[in-house]
Amino acid sequence: MASLATSGVLDLVTRTRGKGRLHWTDWLAYGYLLLGLFLMFGPVVWVVLSSFKSEAQLLEFPPTALPYGQVSVAVPGYPEPLPLFRVRMPDGSLREVAQIRRIGIQAQMVDPAAPETILRVDIAGREPVRALSLATENYTALFERFDFLRYLWNSVFITVTATLIMLLVNSMAAFALAKYDFRGRDLVFVLTIATLLIPPTVVLVPVFLVVAKLGLLDTPWGVIWPGAATPTGVFLLRQYMLTIPDELIDAARMDNASEWKIYWRIVLPLAAPALAVLAIFAVMWRWNDFLLPLIVLSRSEQFTLQLALNSFKGEMHTQWGNLLAMTVLTLLPITLVFGFLQRYITTGIATTGIK
Amino acid sequence: MRLAAPLHRLLELVDRPMAALQRRIGPQRFAWIFLLPNLVIFAVFTYLPIVLNFVYATTGGLAVLPSERPFVGLENFASLLDCRDYLDPSSCSKDLFWRSLFNTGRFVVLQVGFMILFSLITALVLNREIRGRGFFRGVFFYPVLLSPVVVALIWKWILQREGVLNAWLVAFGGEPVQWLLDAGWSFFWVVFVSIWAHMGFYMLILLAGLQAIPKDVYEAAEMDAASPWRMLTRITLPLLMPTMLVVVVLALIKGVQTFDEIYVLTGGGPGSATMLVVQYIYETGFAAQPRLYGLAAAASLLLAALLMILTLLQLRANRKSYRG
Repeated sequence: MASLATSGVLDLVTRTRGKGRLHWTDWLAYGYLLLGLFLMFGPVVWVVLSSFKSEAQLLEFPPTALPYGQVSVAVPGYPEPLPLFRVRMPDGSLREVAQIRRIGIQAQMVDPAAPETILRVDIAGREPVRALSLATENYTALFERFDFLRYLWNSVFITVTATLIMLLVNSMAAFALAKYDFRGRDLVFVLTIATLLIPPTVVLVPVFLVVAKLGLLDTPWGVIWPGAATPTGVFLLRQYMLTIPDELIDAARMDNASEWKIYWRIVLPLAAPALAVLAIFAVMWRWNDFLLPLIVLSRSEQFTLQLALNSFKGEMHTQWGNLLAMTVLTLLPITLVFGFLQRYITTGIATTGIK
Repeated sequence: MRLAAPLHRLLELVDRPMAALQRRIGPQRFAWIFLLPNLVIFAVFTYLPIVLNFVYATTGGLAVLPSERPFVGLENFASLLDCRDYLDPSSCSKDLFWRSLFNTGRFVVLQVGFMILFSLITALVLNREIRGRGFFRGVFFYPVLLSPVVVALIWKWILQREGVLNAWLVAFGGEPVQWLLDAGWSFFWVVFVSIWAHMGFYMLILLAGLQAIPKDVYEAAEMDAASPWRMLTRITLPLLMPTMLVVVVLALIKGVQTFDEIYVLTGGGPGSATMLVVQYIYETGFAAQPRLYGLAAAASLLLAALLMILTLLQLRANRKSYRG
């Protein structure tokens, strides 16, 4: 009876859509996916867990899976809470006592229940009492000792401004290419798409010169303007705007609407879905951008989060704690965006083939 | 839409001068006004740099301004290509360039090969009738969204000497390995990490290709009692070929340009074991003292030529895939 019930439950849990029983290939498929889950998510989870460990615990080898901290207790008569140890007493019993101070290889201990008597213990015979605890000092130090908020602000400013400028500039061009008939239109379109063939890495040196000549070195604008016009954005928006019926625009012209009004009152709202997809991409591109900021921004007060992470990697060679906390805070916004917009992003990429 | 209210007001403010402008130049020519900002940005930050790249590549000296740089003709190219034996980087006068070129070749072949293999397997698995398909698709795709710096730091933390990988190794009775200080291992991890970071993208495109294969082909094959293996090799893979071709060329183009995650993970080291061409360009033009802009520009033009060939391949692959 029991075995029947368990096999029933097993069947319910493991049943595939449509067919009845699990084929051996289904088991293989699930095994592969679980391995994938571990390989893809595991590293990120590990970094998040590690970021909540204290600096001392980060140096431990082998590392514990979860962040632990030593338990301390308040003992009457002592102003500060004292660290708790598990000590094997001379009579062979195990006691949990708090340490007052350490002198050489001896430690002065006190039983929290009987704070009057001071015990002397060999430090080799004590073991810290530990409990799960999240050390938040890696995070608080980012705000207190490192200029985290400045880097965050730089990143947010560049991401938001660049995305808005890009949406505006690209949608204007897309509107002209989609809804006007003028000499040279096809040439402009081809010239725009042709820039897809020129990867940004190839024009690195001259872009640096242009940015320098315009006086934009070490300013956020030196990162914002070079990427403000994208062939992908123009193409994506143009294809979408082609589906807007011409009759709508003609009717607006009949009513004496100016071309500019037609653009932002009729075309932009109708292109909102395509604009949204492009906005998601633009935010991800800009937030994660590295090579252009690396050559344009050299003063640390202009650094974006990505540059700060890169430079801290060198400077804080042993301070993994802060570096891990900063990594987590940098991947957090993208993870949240992905959590909420997963379906849009994956279908957007599958249909357009851009990333 | 309420959030967009200030934006609306701003655009409304622009409305009046725009209408005046339109009265002067006419509605048809107004299209150029819409095109103007985009074209100006393209001209300044894309077209002009292309021209300048040739100027830099054919001039020498250390000056930044093209007008102060002496013309040297093809000298930069000649010194990059100056080798006694093209198969041996140490016989070249710019041996680092050739090392980075060889590394890039090796990297691209391994990375693209294994990445496409694993994305194909993953796409095939996710194309089955499986519970939580959307969730698992998201899991494999998630690293694509992470920034290269974050990706590199995550793996640096795992691979460091007292890292979790070495802890496991020790737990199973092995010796800890300095993963990123050994030339062979660090190349392996560079390939591994870049596959980890990018395969989700290609998996997604292959999955879309798989789902575009009409269901009735499989139904017909099932009627003929074809085995799953036969269905895979005779139906799925041949019909997926066009998508596959596009994906491979796309991965090649991206692979040749790899820089960020490797630069942060290994810095090109140990020695120059993991230095790729883009890092060579960056180091020559920006990180090294003196900054050799001419040499960097010449190297980037050689890279551009390589990418142009790959892009032409892509266009051909695209055309084939549209013809079906």
